[in-house]
Amino acid sequence: MDILAQAEGSGRTLTMVLFLATVAVTIGITVWGHRYTRTATDFHSGGRSFSSWQNGFAIASDYMSAASFLGIAGTIALFGYDGFLYSIGFLVAWLVALLLVAEMLRNTGRFTMADVLSFRMRQRPVRTAAAVSTLSVSIFYLLAQMVGAGALIALLLGIQEGETYLGMDAATAKIAGIVLVGLIMTLYVALGGMKGNTWVQIFQAIILVGGAAVLTIMVLAQYGFNVSDLLGDAASASGQGAAFLEPGLRYGVEVPGDAVQTMWNKLDLVSLGLALVLGTAGLPHVLIRFYTVPDARVARKSINWGIGLIGAFYLMTLVLGFGAAAIVGVEAITAQNPAGNTAAPQLAEVVGGDVGGTTLGAVMLAVIASAAFAAILSTVSGLVIASSSSLAHDLYNAVIRHGKATEREEVGVAKLASIGIGVVAILLAIFAQDLNVAFLVGLAFAVAASANLPTLLLSLFWKRFNTSGALWGIYGGLISSIALVVFSPVFSGAETSLLGEGVDIAWFPMSNPGLVSIPLGLICAVVGTRMSDESRSDRFATLQVRALTGAGSERAVDH
Amino acid sequence: MATPTREGPPPEVTDEQLAAMHDDPRFADLKRRLYRFIIPATIGFLAWYLLYVLLSAYARDFMGTVVFGNVNVALLFGLGQFVSTFAIAWGYSRYASRNFDPKAIELHDAIHYGEDR
Repeated sequence: MDILAQAEGSGRTLTMVLFLATVAVTIGITVWGHRYTRTATDFHSGGRSFSSWQNGFAIASDYMSAASFLGIAGTIALFGYDGFLYSIGFLVAWLVALLLVAEMLRNTGRFTMADVLSFRMRQRPVRTAAAVSTLSVSIFYLLAQMVGAGALIALLLGIQEGETYLGMDAATAKIAGIVLVGLIMTLYVALGGMKGNTWVQIFQAIILVGGAAVLTIMVLAQYGFNVSDLLGDAASASGQGAAFLEPGLRYGVEVPGDAVQTMWNKLDLVSLGLALVLGTAGLPHVLIRFYTVPDARVARKSINWGIGLIGAFYLMTLVLGFGAAAIVGVEAITAQNPAGNTAAPQLAEVVGGDVGGTTLGAVMLAVIASAAFAAILSTVSGLVIASSSSLAHDLYNAVIRHGKATEREEVGVAKLASIGIGVVAILLAIFAQDLNVAFLVGLAFAVAASANLPTLLLSLFWKRFNTSGALWGIYGGLISSIALVVFSPVFSGAETSLLGEGVDIAWFPMSNPGLVSIPLGLICAVVGTRMSDESRSDRFATLQVRALTGAGSERAVDH
Repeated sequence: MATPTREGPPPEVTDEQLAAMHDDPRFADLKRRLYRFIIPATIGFLAWYLLYVLLSAYARDFMGTVVFGNVNVALLFGLGQFVSTFAIAWGYSRYASRNFDPKAIELHDAIHYGEDR
């Protein structure tokens, strides 16, 4: 049964209207933000004047992508408990950012991750390496989101193979979706800078969390708020019984009679768990959010807001995922999308319909579809701003112009860079639209955990750390994560591989490189440090005093 | 909005002034106050999380034990990770605002405005 297709005319129009209304409001905010974006601090860091709740909502918006909304709800709906495992790693990871990174980063740097990494090192090589790593993580993540966005918009509008809507068939709608998302995110960043974009993200977080909350309450109400009954229904409807509520259907699968494969599968699960928990505090779009507040104490409070919102949201996806399994059913979900990405929108339509007939069903579908659209846009725009800031501030100003560029020049380059990144992302996403790119999110986290986090922590805490160590650490972590994925089953040698079954260069048995690449990145950084005599203990003393007391750090600017 | 401890932006400081504070016993104390919380907390939550991941991979019978109704150990353990994350975040804010921030502000002002004694 095709549930979304049944919505037909009225539902689709409603979804379309809500989409357009959301886009209109956010573009209004962007144009407003444009009027207040003058200096480099405005463009990169929104004037450093956001309050803790504002930055907290923007953090949540940056972080909660379509992958963590539709992806986790869908994984729970199809595989049960294992989807929850993903969200736990995503949440616990915030403690690394809170305890070890955010406050010191805020006090030490100005605009980018490279500010901290290069603080006591030779500027040009370290900033180049940090920019390469920032761009790699951003492009991987961006590509995964945009390819997903194209398919999603076609699905959310209910355009099936062989059908047309507004003169578009499914394939055209997919490309139109990619181009639309690419254009809007570029507009947010090039026009609104960090100030406009932060307000857009706050608005989007409210839509996303609000939409999910309404649906969660409706699902729970159907079960008289008895979660145990909901779980029981989900388990029996899944056909898996109690196993549906236990780990093991999706990650770390036990293959009967194949002890070696079972061992690799379980190590793969541990590897994924490590990358999730250590990756977040190395994601460039997350790191630059800590520069948008007046001081380290506000940065700390804003993470607490973020943890509260993100935690509450993941608890809701747990209910939505099991709710979709119980109420919509696995068959209806996989008929619509084999990966389960439409589980939450389908659930919205059915539950809305149960409560208030087809009209409410269509309204709920439109609300959840807009929430998903907001989740995509807020994450991709955060990635565009992180990468354009790094291109303008690190590569252009520090490396090419030796730090002599004026603020006007740097802002101009950053705007151009955001347009360039937008165009590249659109083209790459159209080219990759039929490939299985879901692994790119995991790869982005693995690079962040292997290349960025170890060098960031060593910069802040290890006196001996130097230029050579930072370069070894970044390139070692980056190259090993990418290489291990290229030689893994996600790239070749299996039915679900990027290159298909025909090509087989896979010798690394795990899909997640973290278990190897994270320790390797750390070892590279330590060995690289030992290979050079450079040691600037005076600069380390300055860095530590600045990091802990906030003395000498960038202040907020008033308008 | 920022509430500066004194009117207007603080005077500029040089890197030498910052580095000089590094050898001050008050800075050593500040550092100790911070590390005393973040080091044990980090080791604690990472160990607790790894235990959860390892049990999910290698102790499935235990994780599948039903506690009540349809609720099993795996679900409670997972919710426990949420609870511990919220608790550590809250506890750290409380600890820092009482034991760290006042001293950090004191040193910040000492560096920017000189000693007021």
